[in-house]
Parts: sequence; C-alpha cells; structure tokens
Amino acid sequence: MANSIDKSIDESLFEFATYDEQQAEMTGYSNYSYWRSTIQVFMKNRVAVFLLFLMIGLLAFTMIQPFLPGQKSPTEIHIDENTGMQLRNHPPDKEFWFGTNSIGQDLWARIWSGTRTSLLIGFFVGLWEAIIGIIVGALWGYVRRLESTITGIYNVLNNIPTTILLILLTYIMKPSVFTMIFAMCMTGWLNMARFVRNLIVIIRDREYNLASRCLGTPTRRIITKNLLPYLVSVIMLRMALAIPAAIGYEVFLTYIGLGLPISIPSLGNLINEGRRVMGVPTLRYQLIFPATVLSIITISFYVIGNVFADASDPRNHV
Amino acid sequence: MLKYSAKRLLQSVVTLFLVVTIVFLLMRLMPEEGYFGEGYEKLDEAQREAILASMGLRDPIHIQLKNFYSDLFKGDLGESIIYRPKVAIAEILKSKIPYSVKFGVAAMAISLVVGIPLGILMARSKNQLWDKLGTGYIVFINAVPAAVYYLLLQLYVTDIFKLPILYNPDRPSSWILPAISMSLGGTASYAMWMRRYMVDELNKDYVKLARAKGLREKSIMVRHVLKNAIVPMVQYLPTSLLYTVSGSIYIESLYSIPGMGGLLVDAIQRQDNTLVQALVLIYSSIGIIGLFLGDILMASLDPRIKLDRKEGAR
Repeated sequence: MANSIDKSIDESLFEFATYDEQQAEMTGYSNYSYWRSTIQVFMKNRVAVFLLFLMIGLLAFTMIQPFLPGQKSPTEIHIDENTGMQLRNHPPDKEFWFGTNSIGQDLWARIWSGTRTSLLIGFFVGLWEAIIGIIVGALWGYVRRLESTITGIYNVLNNIPTTILLILLTYIMKPSVFTMIFAMCMTGWLNMARFVRNLIVIIRDREYNLASRCLGTPTRRIITKNLLPYLVSVIMLRMALAIPAAIGYEVFLTYIGLGLPISIPSLGNLINEGRRVMGVPTLRYQLIFPATVLSIITISFYVIGNVFADASDPRNHV
Repeated sequence: MLKYSAKRLLQSVVTLFLVVTIVFLLMRLMPEEGYFGEGYEKLDEAQREAILASMGLRDPIHIQLKNFYSDLFKGDLGESIIYRPKVAIAEILKSKIPYSVKFGVAAMAISLVVGIPLGILMARSKNQLWDKLGTGYIVFINAVPAAVYYLLLQLYVTDIFKLPILYNPDRPSSWILPAISMSLGGTASYAMWMRRYMVDELNKDYVKLARAKGLREKSIMVRHVLKNAIVPMVQYLPTSLLYTVSGSIYIESLYSIPGMGGLLVDAIQRQDNTLVQALVLIYSSIGIIGLFLGDILMASLDPRIKLDRKEGAR
C-alpha cells in the first residue's frame, strides 16, 4: 500500500528549488501601465477618436495654411481689376473659396487666421488656468495652515459673476489679444483650483498614501504615482474645456463691443461681421462659414476633453 | 441652521462690499470722456476740470467712495451721462426691467418644464436612444457659443415658420422665438444636472433595498429617487429667477427687445461710465444674492449641509 503511494509521487517536487530572483519578481508583476490603459479606454470611443484626428488635422492645417501656395493675406483688400472697385461681398467661387467680406477681404484666409487667433487665446488661457489652478489648489489641499485663508478668498471671488468681471476688465483695458487672455485668466483658474483641491483632500489621507509614507516612499514618487494619475483627468478636462470656453467668451465680448480690434481676425470678429450682413440671404455665407468652423472646433474640444477625462480616470481602467 | 445662515450672510455682505468697492475703484481708471455728454471736444481744459469737479470726481478717492456709498444707501445710482443725459439711472431701469422679467420668466418656465422631464427621461433610459439624443443636445449647447445658435435660429426659424424677425409688443407671435431661444441653455443645464443627480441616486443602496422589497419601479422613481434628486436642483432656482431681471444680452439686442441686456450693450458701446457702473453693480449683486439664497434654501431642505464642506469633486 505505502509502496504504491511512493511510486505515484514525483520525488523531484520535494527537492529544494534554487532561488531565482527574476521568477520571484514575476508573481508580483503586472503589465499595467497608466498611460497605455488611458489610451486604450479613450480609443474605444470612436466619435472621440474621429474628432481627435480631425482636430490634429485642423491644427496642422491652420499652422501651415499661410505657407501653402495660392493663399491670400487675411487683411488684404482685393480690388476688382475691371472696375477698380473693392471686391465687396464676392460670392464663393474658384478664386475666393469662401467668398469675400463686405470690404473685399478673402474670407477663407480670414477664417484660418481667425482660428489661429482664437486657438492661441484658448491655449494660453488653458495653460495659465492649469498652472495657477494646480499651484493654488495644491497649496489649498496640502498645506493645512493655508486652508481657511484660501477658502475665504475663494468664497469671495467665486461669488463674483464671471461675465461681469470679464466685461469690467475688458471695458477698462485696451482691446488686444493680451487683454482677452488676461481677463479670461483672471476668472478661469478658480474652478481648476477647486477641483484640484477637492481631489487632493480626498486622496491625501487614503490608506495607500499613508502606507506609502510609512514605507518611506519618496515624496516625488508619491506625487507622480499616487496623486497625479487621479489629477490628470481633471486637469485635462479643465484644459480641454478652457478652449471652447475661451472661444465662447471671445465671441460674447466681441458681440457686446469689447472684443479684439477689427484689424485682428478672430472667430468672434468674423461671426460679428457675418451677423451684420445676415439679413441679406445671398450674403449669409459670411456667417455660416465661420459659424460652422467655430462649432466644429468647440464641439470637438468639448467631446475630446470629456472622453479623455473619463479615460484617464483610473477607476475606469480594468 | 441659524448659525449657518448668519455665517453665509456675513460672507455675502463682505463679498458684496468688496465687489462694489472694486468696481467703483476700477471705474475711476476709465478715460474721462465717459463723463461728458455731447461736445467733449468743444470744451477747453478749464471747463472740463470744472465739470469734473462739480461731479465730485476731483475729490480725494476716499471721499468719493464715501459719497458713493451714502448715495447707494439712499437708492441713488446716479445719472446717465451719454445714453440719456441727465436722466436718473433708476428711472431708466424702471422702464427696462419689466421687459426682461417677462421674457426671463417665460424662458425659465419653458426650461424647467422641458429640462427636468428630459433629465428624468435620460436617467431612466441610460445609454439608450433618448439618453444619447439628450446628451448630444447638451454637448451642443454647452460647447457652441450661444451667439452662434441664437443667430442661426433667428435666421432660419423666422424664415421657416414665417415669424417676425424683431420683437413687436403688439404681435404675440414675435414673442415666441426669443422666449424659446432664451430657454435653450437653461433646458440643457437642468436636464444635465437632473440626469446626474438621478443616476447618482439610482446607484445608492436604498434603491436596491426598495427593489428587493418588491416596490414597483414607478413608485421607486417617483417617491424615492425623484424626491432626493430634485433637492440639489433647488439651489439653482434663486439665481435663475433673479437673473431674469438682467435679461439676456444676446436675445434682447438680437430681437430689439427694450430690456436690461440691450441696455448694457448700449451703455458699453457709448462708454456711458455711470450707467455701466450701475449695471455692473446690479448684475454682481444679483449673482451674489442668488447664490446666497440658493445655499440657504438648500440648507433648509437638507440638514446635512455644512458651510465648510462642498460636495462633489467633479
């Protein structure tokens, strides 16, 4: 009886194994990578991927458009050779793809130049929002001594309506791209700071952070591996939304007469120019073209921002 | 509750005081042409100085501020200079506000009646057709600047339905489009928040318990989820209601409605400093008071709310 058990057992299983460091590591190894998972989740949303590529293409195009052959200057006033008059309200054709405006400037060139201006404003505002918002939010959430002071300041500032502050600042300062960016930065960072602060307060005392600190993990590693991944989603969302918001505010300020000077084409200026002539059905293209380009840009950034925020949230990674 | 209200009131008063002071000081930085009506060029330097001094603008700044506050407490907002010279601003506002309130209230009613059911519908059919359509609508309204879709609506809807393009007090059909356009933004935000609060509530344990108890889905929705989800919506109501006074800048100038929103645009374009100052003060007070009332309302409906804790990270 005992003999048959002996025979069925593989004696080699009871020998000491040699310690292999590499194999020991294998059990605790996971090929989870934060960024790879984020991209994987993002890629699952077909609409967002399509819009992302559309935006990359559009961005590249606005950059290289002035250097392409056969492009006209956005501010040059075109003169009709036969009559010597300005080519006013020339309908779209082979020469002027989107037609000309009411003083004979090429609308195609103006739209791309305007897109450049508006995106520039959006990027700077988004960037500043992120920088100020993250610094203030981090201090607010992490440094307990500053907490009540910053909360007080925040409550005061947050009660001031955004549009009113924008109107006031642009009313007082000279109209320029800098004024625009400055006014929007003054109002925009508050939200970012609050979001960052809320997240840091939630995360900083979680058990895994406590454990990391107890195990002597360097602060830099705690920040990059434990805190930042949770913040990336919020930061990206706010930055992506800053662009449509900035474009929207620019349109609004231009509409009420506080926008950029008309010599600088921007999407807000173009919409406003189009609005003046929209009563005439044949001239509606001057409103429709800029409005379409603007809508595509704002919707794309809005959707990409939201989908990316969801994708970069580690809770959505499996 | 009382302590909370007192604290919150103090905060609002401090904010209001700061904002009013800042606005006043910033307006002093404006070019002085804004204090003269027609014929600024014809006056020589001495005459200009005399006029400015008579308006009290050459006094030291703290005296100006004191005078400004004492006028403000008497309800005196000053006189318009360029828009309607020598007419008290309070007088101008009195003729403007009824138009804005009429349209504002109509738009708010539409957006509540459409937005809240839309949000409920979206939450109930999560990730299905209605939810997707509603989300598309919300994304569009949130992403595209209001000016763009207002303009397109005015352009094409008036064409298709043969509605009048401009506002006309004698023709009720000319009131439809401005009210509907104005309600679009509100509809989107009510629907979005309603959906979010409903979905949050639906994921909670008490809903599971209600289901396990065998309650019908309908009564879970109405008696449990809806009741809890609608409470946070209340905080937006005072602000929306108060903002009907300020009117919609876009809509009023697009349809030439003689209300408050159009007034602000006019005042800015003509650089009427005192009028701009008065309007900015009114708008910011409305915002501050609205937020205050909203918070108080929330706190009285939901005893869990504390001043130093705001809910929700995103």
